[in-house]
Amino acid sequence: MGGGAGRDQRAALDYASLSTTAFSGKLRRHHVAPSDRHSGGNMAAHGLTPSLGRLLFAVKYGSFQSRCCALHSKSHYSTVYDPTEKTFDKILIANRGEIACRVIKTCKKMGIKTVAVHSDVDSSSVHAKMADEAVCVGPAPTSKSYLNMDAIMEAIRVTGAQAVHPGYGFLSENKEFAKRLASEGVIFIGPDTHAIQAMGDKIESKLIAKAAKVNTIPGFDGVVKTAEDAVKIAQEIGYPVMIKASAGGGGKGMRIAWNDDETRDGFRFSSQEAASSFGDDRLLIEKYIDNPRHIEIQVLADKHGNGLWLNERECSIQRRNQKVVEEAPSTFLDPVTRRAMGEQAVQLAKAVQYSSAGTVEFLVDSKKNFYFLEMNTRLQVEHPITECITGLDLVEQMIRVAKGYQLQHKQEDIPINGWAVESRVYAEDPYKSFGLPSIGRLSQYQEPLNISNVRVDSGIQEGSDISIYYDPMISKLVTYGATRAEALSKMKDALDNYVIRGVTHNIPLLREIITHPRFISGDITTNFLPEVYPDGFKGHQLQVDRRRELLASAAALYIAAQLRSQTFLGDLRVTSTPVECSRWELCVELGEERYSMDVTKAGNVYTVNADGGTVEVSGQWNLSSPLLPLTINGSHRMLQCLSRDATGRIVLQYLGTSFQLRVLSKLTAELDSYMPEKVPEDSSSILRSPMPGTMVAVSVKPGDTVAEGQEICVIEAMKMQNSLTAVKQAKVKSVHCKPGETVGEGDLLVELE
Amino acid sequence: MAAFSVARSSCGLINGLRTSFRSLAQVKHGAFVASVPQTDMRRDRRWYSVSHLSVNERIDIKRKAALVGGGQNRIDAQHKKGKLTARERVELLLDPESFVETDMFVEHRCADFAMEQDRNKFPGDSVVTGRGRINGRLVYVFSQDFTVFGGSLSGAHAQKICKIMDQAMTVGAPVIGLNDSGGARIQEGVESLAGYADIFLRNVLASGVVPQISLIMGPCAGGAVYSPALTDFTFMVKDTSYLFITGPDVVKSVTNEDVTQEELGGAKTHTSVSGVAHRAFENDVEALLSLREFFNFLPLSNQDNAPIRECHDPSDRLVPALDTIVPFESTRAYDMLDIIHTIVDERDFFEIMPNYAKNIVVGFARMNGRTVGIVGNQPKVASGCLDINSSVKGARFVRFCDAFNIPIITFVDVPGFLPGTAQEYGGIIRHGAKLLFAFAEATVPKITIITRKAYGGAYDVMSSKHLRGDVNYAWPSAEVAVMGAKGAVQIIFRGKENQAEAEAEYVEKFANPFPAAVRGFVDDIIEPSTTRKKICRDLEVLASKKQVNPWKKHANIPL
Repeated sequence: MGGGAGRDQRAALDYASLSTTAFSGKLRRHHVAPSDRHSGGNMAAHGLTPSLGRLLFAVKYGSFQSRCCALHSKSHYSTVYDPTEKTFDKILIANRGEIACRVIKTCKKMGIKTVAVHSDVDSSSVHAKMADEAVCVGPAPTSKSYLNMDAIMEAIRVTGAQAVHPGYGFLSENKEFAKRLASEGVIFIGPDTHAIQAMGDKIESKLIAKAAKVNTIPGFDGVVKTAEDAVKIAQEIGYPVMIKASAGGGGKGMRIAWNDDETRDGFRFSSQEAASSFGDDRLLIEKYIDNPRHIEIQVLADKHGNGLWLNERECSIQRRNQKVVEEAPSTFLDPVTRRAMGEQAVQLAKAVQYSSAGTVEFLVDSKKNFYFLEMNTRLQVEHPITECITGLDLVEQMIRVAKGYQLQHKQEDIPINGWAVESRVYAEDPYKSFGLPSIGRLSQYQEPLNISNVRVDSGIQEGSDISIYYDPMISKLVTYGATRAEALSKMKDALDNYVIRGVTHNIPLLREIITHPRFISGDITTNFLPEVYPDGFKGHQLQVDRRRELLASAAALYIAAQLRSQTFLGDLRVTSTPVECSRWELCVELGEERYSMDVTKAGNVYTVNADGGTVEVSGQWNLSSPLLPLTINGSHRMLQCLSRDATGRIVLQYLGTSFQLRVLSKLTAELDSYMPEKVPEDSSSILRSPMPGTMVAVSVKPGDTVAEGQEICVIEAMKMQNSLTAVKQAKVKSVHCKPGETVGEGDLLVELE
Repeated sequence: MAAFSVARSSCGLINGLRTSFRSLAQVKHGAFVASVPQTDMRRDRRWYSVSHLSVNERIDIKRKAALVGGGQNRIDAQHKKGKLTARERVELLLDPESFVETDMFVEHRCADFAMEQDRNKFPGDSVVTGRGRINGRLVYVFSQDFTVFGGSLSGAHAQKICKIMDQAMTVGAPVIGLNDSGGARIQEGVESLAGYADIFLRNVLASGVVPQISLIMGPCAGGAVYSPALTDFTFMVKDTSYLFITGPDVVKSVTNEDVTQEELGGAKTHTSVSGVAHRAFENDVEALLSLREFFNFLPLSNQDNAPIRECHDPSDRLVPALDTIVPFESTRAYDMLDIIHTIVDERDFFEIMPNYAKNIVVGFARMNGRTVGIVGNQPKVASGCLDINSSVKGARFVRFCDAFNIPIITFVDVPGFLPGTAQEYGGIIRHGAKLLFAFAEATVPKITIITRKAYGGAYDVMSSKHLRGDVNYAWPSAEVAVMGAKGAVQIIFRGKENQAEAEAEYVEKFANPFPAAVRGFVDDIIEPSTTRKKICRDLEVLASKKQVNPWKKHANIPL
């Protein structure tokens, strides 16, 4: 295959050596397409020039990989990457994390060299290592690094990048940035400045949408001046109405009013909030939609007036206006509605001479009336599900369009192949308001890539830090199937096989959502979470038989570990006499309850009489693996052992939720009843200096809320910076030190409440 | 030896109802002891010396009596305090039905103060002794019985302990002591003191021959503390165990300090301030279960190799996370425990003294199933420097491993010895020398990994090639130098203009592993992710290592 093989090998690099993503086999077909020998060879050579051992390694395995891909990836993809189509030599990705990695992957496929920018704490992050070049653009806070336009412009000049892909967030919808790039002749991979500007303002975008004959939510188009105005307008539209900030987003400055009084109050609060949050107190009023669904249309347009709609994504499962689970297509839309929405979306795109990929968000009510919400002029987080069902590589298309090529596809070429679901896996505690960020180091991390039709977009790896500076997203877990049921079943398996240790994560919540009867039947709205969990999320509620399975698994694991600890190898001077036993009486604690059980063992099979039933558990009992694949009463279950200690405490993840158990022998359980209950010690609210040194930085001020493990201050001693962290989540009461001061050992530094 | 009686009284054994007790627990404790001779003893039938019974019946009766120790009331009192009885503890510690008891019929021999009366005699006296198995492996155990005369040590009590210690020495098996004793038995006077000394002697002779472990599960005061102090490991139970030379009352009368029992000699004090105890556990049950786990790491004696347990963790497992664990800025800290956990089998690390001198981490783990001792500087605490406490902590651990054929793996990131008057006056020279001594004399397999800094004398100390390190690795982030760049430049280029340039030159030359590697002071510069694989392979080869120090009566470590 000559040059073509070279390309395959390079492309295989990102899958083989970094393996952060498993495109469902479909994208890989691009690599094995017949290609121009000459140019392909060239690009492969390019890719190898900045080579490291890493690259060589990948090349070694590359050809094997690509051949495998070719075998099982014939069926799906409709697009073929044309290597004769020259785009850019070098692209800078002005982003971090998974989206930077995602863009780099496509760039590598297209033979484009990549430049990553990173903050100092990100210097060894995946995206920085993955790119051909990496430039540090400042310290950790985003305002000084990823939003630091001067530094990024400088990085572009230094590396000679011809174009910039902004990813999402950060500078992706910043017209100032787009302008600066244009002034230096660097291409912004995204829409033109005027489209960003037009769609960036909610009032303006609504006016444009209306003019483009896009359904908009009945409401007042202009700025509402006074509270009385607001009441009058509200009466005209009809209650309920929503009052929201023109410049708003993320739920800030948003109020729902059901009558005149609430309208007056809402007007006052919203304008205050809008003024303080956005520095812009302009408000607008519109009809409030009942049982709304959030469904968005992916559009793709080029610079020649062509536009396509790439079907919809259903993003109704949200918490605090942030999406959690997305799917494509939606269960709710019929072909007629889909076409109507798609056509309107394209009309809007054309109205603002949109080019590149964009997303038109709609609210859809229970009667399938849809209303324009806003347009996002960038690649969306959830774009992979559209890629899965349409077979397009959106990043590739964005790059082509940015270079000025025409779209390759006609509307009738855009299929809906199967079903795709995306779960956003976050480092956050789902038990607190459906997810409050947590931080930490990924001490163990294993993506479920062994399962077919699973794609994981992530920008982290084992050992990475989830820090307070950035979005706590761990990855986007995408599963794909011929039917929705298949995709959901894969998602269940993928979540069960996903190993994340060291940070609290939201897999318990994700797994509950995708297995909830309402979700399965497609009966969802944007209020799904508060409706289903009115008292907050509490984890999986075990039914009797599931509980019995869990208890039996813990008991069997305990015994497997006990038996292993009697197994000594090598020559023993004093012979060992292990306890000969094939029947055990155990006592397992789960929550407040204690269950006595009776276990017998035959081979690898444990028969457990527990909680009024018999359970047969068998497995390999590999005690070092974080995954615990078991066969329980004949059906396969994937459990995870989160921890296990000498005192019988076992934490198992089962059905997504982690359960704390304690397994004791009958004797131990009896004697344990004499042990006094201990009041847990107050995890200190006083932070004292552990050593003499100089205070380098104090990261908190009184009134701040600190999360467990968050840095409070940094002391330099022995030319080393020691970071002192909060031992619990608390509010800072007082700070007794300031940077530059010398502190002695035991000095009071910070008091928490 | 006034200390003994002093300690005893502070524990409130006999004069339990003295008014000076401060804590509620003490009052209860004293009260029940005082009530002992009058009430429940008399209620219990006087079985022995009843002559018309047959021998078999008498054996039965004595055995039954031995099993209930001081009687049900005392047992209940013990439970009420959240403590288990001596026998319950033994039962929990050992494999089911493996306990073989010795000296169940031994009684004390005191004839004074009405002690010769039947009601003051208990078969087995105030200690339960014997042998048993932990996970199938042989161990000798004694467990002091607080329900009999407050666990006080009589001549017979000491004799029982000495007997099993002697047996343990002859077969070569560890001794575990479960301590719960008020101190010497005052009624016996010098006999009791002699008993202590007999035990001390055996502790000393057994030291380095069989592992000795003490678990303090109640009071342990006065001279009694020196037995645990002589053993290899001392563990404590939180809130219910105390170790001190003299109790709070005597402290008050001598130094006029107000201090509670817990503050003076509780688990927290000894595990974090004094360094007397090696670890503390929540309660009796957790302590005993953890002790079983700990025991699995140890060889039975100095004739045995480190045990190898069946291992499920692949020995050639790569750890990619290690490639990014050391921060780029050499001034930023990281957690050495993260490195240790990812390298050892199954993230299973039994840390010794986790709360004392935290700038050094020591503990046991397994590599491919084989027990290893791990020593690591902890950059997270006081920059990982060596000071008096960390040197002593490290030295004692290294010597234990060396004595019992446990390979030592050392992770080095050390900026040097801690300067300052407090350290110099405290004798850092003498104490630092202990760690140096320990590493130098050790003949077990020694593998060293320099993860980052190895500066100055501390580099030499931390199991360097020069101290007979078998395999010394450096990570690419290693910097082996006399000192950090700034200090070095200030000396070399004193008074020169462009210090910054000189510093850069110094960093270029010395802040990397090459100076050590070109001289063969490190054997290889390795990718951090391959560390586990390499260590496992090396240990395989070093298993047959033989190295003998010159003959001597014994070495003279700078104490």
